[in-house]
Amino acid sequence: MLLFQATLPDFCNRVEGGFLVQALSTGSVIAEVLAADEDSFLKEWVDDARLLKHNTAMAPEPELRLQCANFLASFRKGVQSGVVGKASDPQWDDLRGLLADVSKSRALQGFTAIEIAAFVFSFKKPLYHRLRQAEKDPLVLASQIWETTELLDSFGLYATELWLDTREAIIRRQQEEMLELSTPVIKLWHNILALPLIGTLDSARTQVVMESLLGAIVETNSRVAILDITGVPTVDTVVAQHLLKTVTAARLMGAECIISGIRPQIAQTIVHLGINLLDITTKATLRDAFALALERTGQSIRSEEAPVN
Amino acid sequence: MAVISSETIPVTSEPDIVFVRRRVRETAAQIGLSLVDQTKVVTAASELARNTLIYGGGGAMQLESLNGPRLGVRLTFSDNGPGIPDIQLALRDGFTTGSGLGLGLGGTKRLVNEFAIESKVGQGTKIIITRWK
Ligand SMILES: Nc1ncnc2c1ncn2[C@@H]1O[C@H](COP(=O)(O)OP(=O)(O)OP(=O)(O)O)[C@@H](O)[C@H]1O
Ligand SMILES: [Mg+2]
Repeated sequence: MLLFQATLPDFCNRVEGGFLVQALSTGSVIAEVLAADEDSFLKEWVDDARLLKHNTAMAPEPELRLQCANFLASFRKGVQSGVVGKASDPQWDDLRGLLADVSKSRALQGFTAIEIAAFVFSFKKPLYHRLRQAEKDPLVLASQIWETTELLDSFGLYATELWLDTREAIIRRQQEEMLELSTPVIKLWHNILALPLIGTLDSARTQVVMESLLGAIVETNSRVAILDITGVPTVDTVVAQHLLKTVTAARLMGAECIISGIRPQIAQTIVHLGINLLDITTKATLRDAFALALERTGQSIRSEEAPVN
Repeated sequence: MAVISSETIPVTSEPDIVFVRRRVRETAAQIGLSLVDQTKVVTAASELARNTLIYGGGGAMQLESLNGPRLGVRLTFSDNGPGIPDIQLALRDGFTTGSGLGLGLGGTKRLVNEFAIESKVGQGTKIIITRWK
């Protein structure tokens, strides 16, 4: 019997009342019921899928209809071999590819993970409805439904995972965009640059900051760069080390750095940590740092009008 | 002494360190630590979290707020990494086996009220710090 099964994968065998009964494999049965009334199946499914209550951001109907039609076509192609199998089997390559596209586009449109899974699961109702009509033997029907449920459930999970991947990719991209947004080097005055640092100075970001500052020093031929850390919530040893390295590198390029915006609580913490900033020019405020920068570059700003006494 | 609240936060990546700092800051603010003391304990947490990640190969932080007789925050960092062979040496300013300034452990000790360290070579490290209101 095992041999029989191996050589004839299109058929599943079962023993009933001592007799070997040959039944059509679940895959073949599904292929048949789907072929019988593809149009009404699709209509029924689309109507169901449209009513899914979770769908806060329902896809526009033509799009939904197209996605359902493509899903159905790929599903039919998958069962053509007669074997339902597992979601990772090669006969499901097409459907997996399709689900990847659907999940991705829906994730971008703002669908939730539940909505993506519910879309896949909604395929069960019209399908099982037809299987029930086609199969009278409850045992056979139960095993057909179980086999199909396992498959569709793993497609649902697969679609959810792809949704998650897409969302994570979006978050990563936004993080990268913020990374660039948050490191503007400002040309404050002739020969003077300013770099207002805001937020967490982790290693990746500090690297970007340092490179853009050094690049700007070369580009603008600046002699003084002000690093303002008013917006940096924590200065620990790693942040301090990054600042020290930046200052040293700038110095090697002939520019002096001034660190400004060291708030009282940060100053105390730096002292307790034992970080030595004595070699570095520091100022409490950006305004003080700017005044010093003007002085160092031999410039001054004065009012056109004579001061009123 | 009563533990008012307790939560455990994984320390297995750089973003985890950012989250550790945020939760410690929120908890420290909740029990009413001054801005200076908040900054101190957050900075200490940042140092220990980074050591846990870099040297300990990752681990976790337990964050507790305490009551009695005073309010306070207690942080317990643990990892199952290589351990610290010579704790006195590791605490010394400027000592590093990596590429840091070697100020993290010594600095942390100066930033908090209580500092306890347990480490077994080949088994891991556990550091407990407390900052009282
Ligand atoms: N959790 C740990 N597991 C194993 N070794 C550790 C651990 N924490 C610290 N160490 C050891 O102790 C040394 C000193 O740590 P410390 O935090 O003082 O300095 P650092 O991390 O090297 O540099 P910095 O903290 O200034 O950036 C480390 O270089 C490391 O060898
Ligand atoms: Mg350290």
